[in-house]
Amino acid sequence: MPMPAEGFIPNASDRAISRMLSYLGINELGDLFSDVPSSILLREPVKIGDPLTQSEVEVLYSEKLGRNLPIRTSFMGGGMADHYVPPLVDELVANQEFYSSYTPYQPEISQGILQALFEYQSLMAELLGMDVVNASLYDYASALGEAGRFSVRVTKRKKILLAKTVHPERKIVLRTYMEPLNVEIVEIGRESNGELSLDELSANLDEDVGMVYMETPNFYGVVERGIRDVADMAHSKGALLVVGTDPLLAGIVKPPGELGADVVIGEGQHLGGYMNYGGPSLGIFAVKKSFRHIRQLPGRLIGMTKTVDGRYRGYTMVLQTREQHIRQEEATSNITTNSSLMAVRAAIYLSLLGPDGIRSVAEKILYNTEYLKRRIGDLPCFSILFEGSLYFKEIPVVSELAWGEVNSWLLKNGILGAFQVSRLFPEVDPTGKLGLLSTTEKHRLTDLDNLLELMGEVCS
Amino acid sequence: MIRRYVQAKWELSEGVLEPTVFELGDVGKGGVLVARVEDELRREIGEIDALIPKELLTDSIDLPGLTEPEVARHYNHLTQMNYGVDSGPYWLGSCTMKYTPKVAMRLESHPSLRNAHPYAPEEIVQGILEVLYELQEMLSSITGLPKFSLQPAAGAHGELVGALIMRKRFLDLGERRDEILIPESAHGSNFASAAMAGFKVVRIPPSDEGTVDMGALKAAMSERTAGMMITNPNTLGIFESDILEIADLLHSNGSYLYYDGANLNAIMGWIRLSDMGVDLAHLNIHKTFSAPHGGGGPGAGAVGVIEELAEYLPVPIIVRDGDVYRLKYDLPKSIGKVRMFHGNVDVLVKAWGYLKLLGSEGVRLSSGIAVLNANYARKRLMDMGFEVPYGRDRPCKHEFVISLSNFRREHGVKALDFAKALMDRGVHPPTMYFPLIVQEAFMMEPTESDSLEELEAYVNAMGEIANLAKSDPSELLSAPKNTAISRIDDSFANKRLWLSWKIYKEKEREKS
Repeated sequence: MPMPAEGFIPNASDRAISRMLSYLGINELGDLFSDVPSSILLREPVKIGDPLTQSEVEVLYSEKLGRNLPIRTSFMGGGMADHYVPPLVDELVANQEFYSSYTPYQPEISQGILQALFEYQSLMAELLGMDVVNASLYDYASALGEAGRFSVRVTKRKKILLAKTVHPERKIVLRTYMEPLNVEIVEIGRESNGELSLDELSANLDEDVGMVYMETPNFYGVVERGIRDVADMAHSKGALLVVGTDPLLAGIVKPPGELGADVVIGEGQHLGGYMNYGGPSLGIFAVKKSFRHIRQLPGRLIGMTKTVDGRYRGYTMVLQTREQHIRQEEATSNITTNSSLMAVRAAIYLSLLGPDGIRSVAEKILYNTEYLKRRIGDLPCFSILFEGSLYFKEIPVVSELAWGEVNSWLLKNGILGAFQVSRLFPEVDPTGKLGLLSTTEKHRLTDLDNLLELMGEVCS
Repeated sequence: MIRRYVQAKWELSEGVLEPTVFELGDVGKGGVLVARVEDELRREIGEIDALIPKELLTDSIDLPGLTEPEVARHYNHLTQMNYGVDSGPYWLGSCTMKYTPKVAMRLESHPSLRNAHPYAPEEIVQGILEVLYELQEMLSSITGLPKFSLQPAAGAHGELVGALIMRKRFLDLGERRDEILIPESAHGSNFASAAMAGFKVVRIPPSDEGTVDMGALKAAMSERTAGMMITNPNTLGIFESDILEIADLLHSNGSYLYYDGANLNAIMGWIRLSDMGVDLAHLNIHKTFSAPHGGGGPGAGAVGVIEELAEYLPVPIIVRDGDVYRLKYDLPKSIGKVRMFHGNVDVLVKAWGYLKLLGSEGVRLSSGIAVLNANYARKRLMDMGFEVPYGRDRPCKHEFVISLSNFRREHGVKALDFAKALMDRGVHPPTMYFPLIVQEAFMMEPTESDSLEELEAYVNAMGEIANLAKSDPSELLSAPKNTAISRIDDSFANKRLWLSWKIYKEKEREKS
């Protein structure tokens, strides 16, 4: 019997192998490794187990994933959320011409993926109020790392002011990316409503600062209402304002690009992507139409162009001289593989939902958030961390009860509850009382009421 | 027999193949609703706009509004004007464009994966953690490197992790080692990653055989050398037979040997990295382990290390504690994190499925056939008169490089023209103009996924193009003609910089 592997390797048959070996004038496959020191050439196969058939692979996988506990509804916050993915998105990215193609180095045979990525760049630019969006980075956090390095290249300054309310995991990534550059990072505190403290910002802002970074909504779900002021302050000292955002917020609140941000980054998983235990994601990186900034962009860029004979509109990768395969150690980034198929997902999602669909998703999320905020605040053993704030998608809930107890009651009822911040970031919440809940357009009013009822039950 | 190919071509208006979505829908209105605010909820909260300061309310969303059938047809037209591994031969050197078994593809759609929140407590996601842990174990068996991180999102991301680990290690040891040695033939990302991690790059020129010049290596090494990044087989497809001596030289100097896993498909199951003296490496899950490339990504770039460097891996790492799998964050020497969460999990599960399918014998067979296919194709091309500038007297590994410089010199036909003409013959062109040490280079990697008939079709197409170059090069200079679109004007693209629909429309308005 042949091995299952042979079903995937057309030339594994004895006939094909012997025909090729005889053309090469050798006796066995091992002769092709005659240039390898014999002391390191393996005599025995490596041990990874016996081959399985296709159906055995699927059954085994399902058995293993069956060890996961079943979740009916997820309210867990912390930067990733359970959004609705329209079936058309899955259907279209399942086309092999998209998913099994490579980076479109040969434009004539790759117009499809090039145009889809150009449309991603264009749709995202409109949504964020920016001009130029690259063809994707790995995720929100690595986009922040790249933004930090971008700010050093553009401004030649080595100081970053970072809002304390930035997601702690993104802070770690930023520090990891910046460490070799010897950049000073100063954290700026918040007001009592959870928004960036303008006084503290002003006290720390000087002409050594290359980048001011804040997020909206921030780690606590708080929408920043003072971005325009921050932009003016940063620009008056020659610093760049970089804002991280959830692109869905732009469906209802003006995007950072219209409020003076120089660079906008964010997470695109929310646009037609699954949670997938955290990856892949879609790192958004957007700038304004400044040639100085465009020249310093990390990552791939697609441009519209014409055919050589001038007859047709077409698409191709542009400004490749910024990139690693040409510029090597002088490149703006090492990025090669990116997150193209996630960008295509986002393009399809935005094309499908259009202005009305995006507005309706943003509105639903905001209604849900506001409803949960009011009702949870009314429960006896829970309160909301900041007063007078505008929350979007996530809310910071302070619990008088142990979160472990609350969440296990919810889990018994099929609900994934709050993300207890101290579990991973004790430095952010030493009390252990803070949990982040998130709500998306997937949650119906009955789902919210069910959550509230169960939380009420733990209280009593 | 030479194959013919005509790509689908939609030409839906004058001079435009497929209009953009902005031309297909009304900008600023319409679209498909996927969410609804219940009346009761609306009544309770009131007008939502009242929560937002007036000056911050979105006034218009300038996206196009389409219906679902229009969107479906639009993107299907686009997919038809693209070419994937399942279309035909795709010999992109150093990219390992192998076929993805569909059973591996389907693993991504399991609801317990798609709906798993990355911060879900470990007891809720034991199944996923077990799959990821088993993948780590299998990668350890294949490479001989005991500890793995699955966090990096891509090969270059793994390189950055590797370079940062070396940096942190020497900072901890109090040694000032700020140089990394990289052979001139290396992938461009090696240089960029080393530079991002703060290293000065020292280039090692090739010997006459195209391998690492041992004299140059010895001369370049000093007490400042943190390590060397090596690709083996190298980008010429030649195995670095001095690898043990290279490793010894580095180790006796207190430096590390980093292995770029882009070319692992040449030796998987035949040689373990640890036996070559490798200290740390990244593996390209989307190359060697069959996860698809996604039109450029997402991929995944697992990083493996020797025990001595394990405590520097990015956090968290996945560990096993009896029957329970855990995420370990407590690694005080860790370099930190290079992205959020745990890695590109839906890419990683495909590698798990692929390795389960292949088993111990299958990985060895895969690489063996990949190398056999490459040697067969190379000899066929050499017999036709194509020039192999390096290593022609020894076997190549999974890829090889030919030079088309004589065609340029004698007939004015460049590697680029060859590439465009190949498309008309139903195959995707190879990597061009790389490595930089070869003039008019074609870097060709057939992989184990091609049949003998396909190998023949490819080399016959090369032969036909070579004959045309000598007899009637005009067809080649105007190729391709059977793709959706004829030759693209790259320099026009770089001059105009129409990087978004918005910019294009503005420039059009300025013109009129």
